[in-house]
Amino acid sequence: MSDRITEHYVAPSDPNEGGEVDKVRLSDRKSNLWLDAWRDLRRRPLFYIAIAIVAVVSLAALFPSLFTDTLPNNDCQLANSNGAPTEGHPLGFTRQGCDVYARIVYGASTSLSVGLLVVLITAVIGIPMGALAAFYGGWIDSVLSRVGDIFFAIPYFLAAVVVMSVMPQRNVLVISLAIGGFAWASLARILRAEVLQVKNLEYVMASEAMGRSKFSTLVRHVLPNSLTPVIVYLTIALGAAITAEATLSFLGIGLGSSTMSWGNDIAQAQSSIRVAPMALFWPSLALTVTVLAFIILGELIRDALDPKARARR
Amino acid sequence: MLMYVVRRLLQAIPVFLGTTFLIYFMVFSMPGDPVLALFGDKTPNPAVLEAVRAQYNLDQPFFVQYLLYLKNLLTGNLGVTFSGQEVSEVFARAFPVTLKLVVMAVVIEFLLAVIIGLISGLRKGGIIDNTNLVVALVLSSVPPFVALFLAQYFIGIKLGWAPVTVGANATWGAMFLPALVIALTIYVTGMRLMRGSVIEAQNADYVRTASAKGLTRGRIVGVHVARNSLIPVITNTAASFGALIAGTTVTEGIFNIPGIGKVLFDAITRGENATVVTFVTILTIMYVIVNILVDLLYAVLDPRIRYV
Repeated sequence: MSDRITEHYVAPSDPNEGGEVDKVRLSDRKSNLWLDAWRDLRRRPLFYIAIAIVAVVSLAALFPSLFTDTLPNNDCQLANSNGAPTEGHPLGFTRQGCDVYARIVYGASTSLSVGLLVVLITAVIGIPMGALAAFYGGWIDSVLSRVGDIFFAIPYFLAAVVVMSVMPQRNVLVISLAIGGFAWASLARILRAEVLQVKNLEYVMASEAMGRSKFSTLVRHVLPNSLTPVIVYLTIALGAAITAEATLSFLGIGLGSSTMSWGNDIAQAQSSIRVAPMALFWPSLALTVTVLAFIILGELIRDALDPKARARR
Repeated sequence: MLMYVVRRLLQAIPVFLGTTFLIYFMVFSMPGDPVLALFGDKTPNPAVLEAVRAQYNLDQPFFVQYLLYLKNLLTGNLGVTFSGQEVSEVFARAFPVTLKLVVMAVVIEFLLAVIIGLISGLRKGGIIDNTNLVVALVLSSVPPFVALFLAQYFIGIKLGWAPVTVGANATWGAMFLPALVIALTIYVTGMRLMRGSVIEAQNADYVRTASAKGLTRGRIVGVHVARNSLIPVITNTAASFGALIAGTTVTEGIFNIPGIGKVLFDAITRGENATVVTFVTILTIMYVIVNILVDLLYAVLDPRIRYV
């Protein structure tokens, strides 16, 4: 049968027209999701404001002595109790006669370390739980998702209340574990939904067809392409963790009163709210502005990483 | 629909077992004498100490302890508080107050979400819309206890428009301010859902048909756009109901409202850990129940859910 002739009609290629359409223009800007997102972020003024706030808070956390010469605990004099602002003490004094401004500066590192640690713990538990459940499916999914359901069903603030109440020691690591140990369940759910979509895309099939192992495919191809909602969630969770720490400290089950913390300052100023409201106001402002900065960052990143949202604007 | 209800209820059983076990485990796997840990740095009345030891069956193996604890929980035998009151009595007294506060907050939240979301969605990209989005962002990042303090100071103490604390007489009027403040810190999610679905609905075929029929703008917005945008907002509001029950601690503590949150708040600030654990368990169970109701409500409102 080798002499059978099969005839195909192939249209002659048009040297003038088709080429223009198919040509890859190497001179064009490189483009991928992350580059596009970065270009989008750079055009938004709010992004710079949020970054500036985060930068100032981080600087205060790392080098508090850049911002104030007053030590937050040593120079407290009861004679200054609830005192008005004076030279060198721009925000006045607390009930114990400590400098409000110095306490805020030194409190930044507590808030920021709790925020970062909670995000780390949430990611370390939540990412494997969500990704493995969705990618492998079957009984692994059933087990991991049911465990996640249980942690999801306890509001993480209440869980943290129980842990912090019975814990003999209260420090930054313990409080971060108490918050992050439950906050991961939301992240696992979000990531699971995302991986379920991504794992059926053609490049995942291609990766396995080319001999990559399942786990390696998950790590190299599925995870990097499912990270968008994770990054958004973690940015906003950082702000929420700072709020949770302050709330627990305010309830008296956060960090010990010797630790500088905005929540502790607010709790201590609460009893003299009628005579010295500003001692309550300033740490509250620091707390709110910091949380706001992280929430704005999260929102902007969400917008920037979502091409549909970009087009709508 | 019946099948869906049954399935959803069955799914709740492992969650219920898991959550109670987890809370129990967190408390009783701590090193040292868990009963003494439950009393923190207090020296308990020996009678109360004995009562707690008996209540938690600490002479039994851990798993048996938990099963006995579960049996007590299911039969409504919740033990006693630190001061020796029956937990079930305290609960019966405090629950109506909390319910009142939470219902009021949820109603205000719903109205805010629907009205602001509708206005914003109809005028997408306008000045009102942009201002609203910025305000919402700021409001959602104010920690609730800070917002409550600010309201207490400015509206309660400075302006004198509302009682500074509520106290024993928890009327609707007295609790309006805290309810409004909570609503303001949580309406954002619902408002965005409403705004989003209003924007979508405006381009929907049925709305184009309605305007092609020559209906007035008021009727199109009221009947066709707003009504069809409500489903996600309603379910979100119901979901925030559960979160609110859990979050009442701070609100009731600051405004001295004699509800469940206040009982928990007092127990936390006084270090009465046995009571803390009991009421956290109660609040968690309530949260689980509300979540089931929300899912069922969702299935009632949106028939597509039932067949998945």
